Amino acid sequence: MADETIYQYLQREGVSRRQFLKICGALAVTLGISEASPLLAAGLTRPTSPTRLVAEALASKPRVPVMWLNFQDCTGCTEALTRSLSPTLTDLVLNKITIDYHETLSAASGVQADENKRMMMETYAGQYLLVVEGSVPTGANGNYCTIGGRTAVDLLQEAAAGAAAVIATGNCAAFGGIPMAQPNPTGAVPAYQLITDKPVAHIPGCPAIPEAFTGTLVNFLVFGKLPELDDLNRPITFYGTTVHDRCLRRPFYEAGKFANSFDDEGARKGWCLYKLGCKGPTTYNACAGIKWGGGLSFPIQSGHPCLGCSEPNFWDNGGFYQGQSAPIGRPTLTAAGVALAAGAVIGVANAGVNRLQKRHADTDEETTESLSG
Amino acid sequence: MAKRIVIDPITRIEGHLRIEVELGEDGMVRDAYSSGTMVRGLETIINGRDPREAWVFAQRVCGVCTTVHAFASIRSVEDALGIVIPPAANLIRNLMIAQQYVHDHVMHFYHLHALDWVDVVSCLKADPAATSALQQKISPWPNSSPGYFADVQKKIQAVVDSGQLSIFANAYWGHPAYKLPPEVNLMAVAHYLEALDWQARATKIHIIFGGKNPHPNFVVGGVPMPIDLDSDTALNAERLSIIDDSIKEIQAFVDQVYLPDVLAIAPFYKDYAGIGGGLGNFLTWGEFPSGDIRDLKTLMVPRVAILGGDLNNLIEPDPNDASMMQEFIAHSWYQYQGGDQIGLHPWQGETTFNFTGPEAPYEQLNVEGKYSWLKAPRWNNTPMEVGPLARVLAMYATGHAQTKELVDLTLKTLDAPASALISTLGRTAARAIETKVFSDALRTTYDDLVTRIKAGDTKTFNSEKWEPISWPASAKGFGFMEAPRGALGHWIVIENGKTANYQMVVPTTWNATPRDPQGQLGAYESSLIGTPMAKPEWPLEILRTIHSFDPCMACAIHLTDAGGEDLGDVAVGLSVCGV
Repeated sequence: MADETIYQYLQREGVSRRQFLKICGALAVTLGISEASPLLAAGLTRPTSPTRLVAEALASKPRVPVMWLNFQDCTGCTEALTRSLSPTLTDLVLNKITIDYHETLSAASGVQADENKRMMMETYAGQYLLVVEGSVPTGANGNYCTIGGRTAVDLLQEAAAGAAAVIATGNCAAFGGIPMAQPNPTGAVPAYQLITDKPVAHIPGCPAIPEAFTGTLVNFLVFGKLPELDDLNRPITFYGTTVHDRCLRRPFYEAGKFANSFDDEGARKGWCLYKLGCKGPTTYNACAGIKWGGGLSFPIQSGHPCLGCSEPNFWDNGGFYQGQSAPIGRPTLTAAGVALAAGAVIGVANAGVNRLQKRHADTDEETTESLSG
Repeated sequence: MAKRIVIDPITRIEGHLRIEVELGEDGMVRDAYSSGTMVRGLETIINGRDPREAWVFAQRVCGVCTTVHAFASIRSVEDALGIVIPPAANLIRNLMIAQQYVHDHVMHFYHLHALDWVDVVSCLKADPAATSALQQKISPWPNSSPGYFADVQKKIQAVVDSGQLSIFANAYWGHPAYKLPPEVNLMAVAHYLEALDWQARATKIHIIFGGKNPHPNFVVGGVPMPIDLDSDTALNAERLSIIDDSIKEIQAFVDQVYLPDVLAIAPFYKDYAGIGGGLGNFLTWGEFPSGDIRDLKTLMVPRVAILGGDLNNLIEPDPNDASMMQEFIAHSWYQYQGGDQIGLHPWQGETTFNFTGPEAPYEQLNVEGKYSWLKAPRWNNTPMEVGPLARVLAMYATGHAQTKELVDLTLKTLDAPASALISTLGRTAARAIETKVFSDALRTTYDDLVTRIKAGDTKTFNSEKWEPISWPASAKGFGFMEAPRGALGHWIVIENGKTANYQMVVPTTWNATPRDPQGQLGAYESSLIGTPMAKPEWPLEILRTIHSFDPCMACAIHLTDAGGEDLGDVAVGLSVCGV
């Protein structure tokens, strides 16, 4: 029954047509091709065209085999994936795709796990989705990471050759992450530097927001291709705006009201954390929109400045508690790594922004003093 | 002639672990070697940076036991600088620690360990009505109707019929070492799926206080989130009520699903109360301070060393005693300036990569030489086991009433003597026992926090030593945490406002250690000796014992230091670490 479609599979599992359309509606919302509609999500209204689009896609495509490779990682992005809270989506990801190789989840170990991988590479050549978690060490001839006696470099290139598409999830796989932080003791590199014949979609974050990953996965599942990516190969749906753009503390930034210390009056009142080192203005991610735990909170809401954990080289962009020392402007990917585009121009813009921010900060001190006085 | 069996990758763990065993002609494991096969070099990366930021880096050691390295790190800095955190901040930290234990242990049992005992395919033969009767007999958990279990069975049937078994593919289904009746298998598979949904909701305490999970945020000197009942961005009544509800949901799952399941499954595997005992030496650093963490008397989990399983002679280990707490590298891919035979206290330690293993691709490690990226930590030259079993024995031996009650209940269920605890089954039972104790601690800690807020004690951050200008020119500290997988220690040296040296000795480094210069086996290696293997090409029995420790390899390996100089294939450093 390997050729059965997702809809046929769901029917066999006892999912009704109405439930199926409900799943499709939720997916359409996740994919950003439909406005959120509670009635639609509940399956209580006639399917609108985005839902029908998803429904038709799922009714005609077989379940997609997924191979997940972990290298220099902490498994945090796998953990994040398991916390995806949209119920129908979680159900779809964990039950309706087939994860044929994943070292954290697979029941089989050793030889048997390896057989699973070889079998999927043969049976689904050119069809499976490869997900990479963690950076890849190139030092010591690759011996800083071996699995089954083979190097990570070897394993990644072999797996990527037969993949239909590649998703690098988390900052380590996308941009090199913490293993690549100075002085990069193991010669770690991100996945895209070793995969040159096909695009690698990046879902950066430390860890990646689960719904940003699952949303990208579902896009592939439904449309058979990766979503539209920006110049750092990030899906624009989730990385099109900065954390600052949608931050709930943004009005205080505009008003020049800043917390000066953890647990001071400004911190208690929810004022802007810029002076405590917040990197929200230069961080492209969906934290302030999607949030974490089904919209429960995100770092800035919980009182800590944004670390900028979805940006390239965020570990070396200046202190986490230093006010906005990260370069402002969008970096680009180069063959040798991530570089700032048009540095001179951005430098000018950066200085301008810093001046603006300094003015806000200066204004704030007076404001705070007058309030506390 | 002994037969060599290699298992790599060991799955259902965090990270990259390789086990090689020699099987005797009697079908029993007669020798075993444990190897960590991935290294990143995190201490090197931390050195030279702002000590207030060390936790951000250290936390990324592991995303499964997320938070634990952050806690050990901020405590090491607070120890070095003499910072006392406000009582409300201590309670909030204890809530986060307790949630971490419960979340991590439940996920370990169902998603990383259960399939060693539970045959997924066998559940298709179960009678849903009999499964329902069983469920209702052992627990008031509401998902217990025959229809519910029939639906779960249908779901598994669909997966099997599709021929695409996904994460269940090509495993050990039908292995003669599986002993559960189909109905118990079905119940456990249903809970495997339920636990996956439950765990996604069981991190709310971390998300409220830390903004996300994995890798929530912390701050040296307290917690980042303020308390203000009149603010919509602080801990207020709305946030408290979410926490209150979350604790109820967490406790219900532990009381009505996890603990009853372990007690229902264990009696079918009583032989594993006599397998996998290993060292019999145990170490804890302690956890859950009710007051200032420097006062060890306020710890709920005490700091003890137990030797040879003797619970009557508890020793208080000193983590800063250079003659007792040491790491060795005779069989690890490192080199010391003083040679391979010496041991170094973390504060005097060195970390210099020295890969001498076979060039990949390779079939077999050279176990006569160096064979792992893990160092070999020893206490008083003795290999020690750390983890839930160590903690439960420590609490049991020091008279913790609830622990004693739960241990006695478990032993009665198994009809086994106390010595049976030191085994593969005992380790798995101890994890469930402490989960019950710590999930109840969530409730009492929450109540204490509310009482404090009512009394107007809402301070969450001590800012006195925040600015580096207030620090001494040099200072050093020890930070500890009883991580879910066991005793974790971070050692920091601060000079002129920067991290001069940073070292971690991690639970899985203790447990998965290779041999030391004396040839002493570590906890994993020694626990595998004597394990019977019914079908050696399907190494289920080895997985049972290894998983009973809950390996976390990313934690176990980090290392190197800032002064390091790249010498081609050999990275040099003078730091330390818990490797």
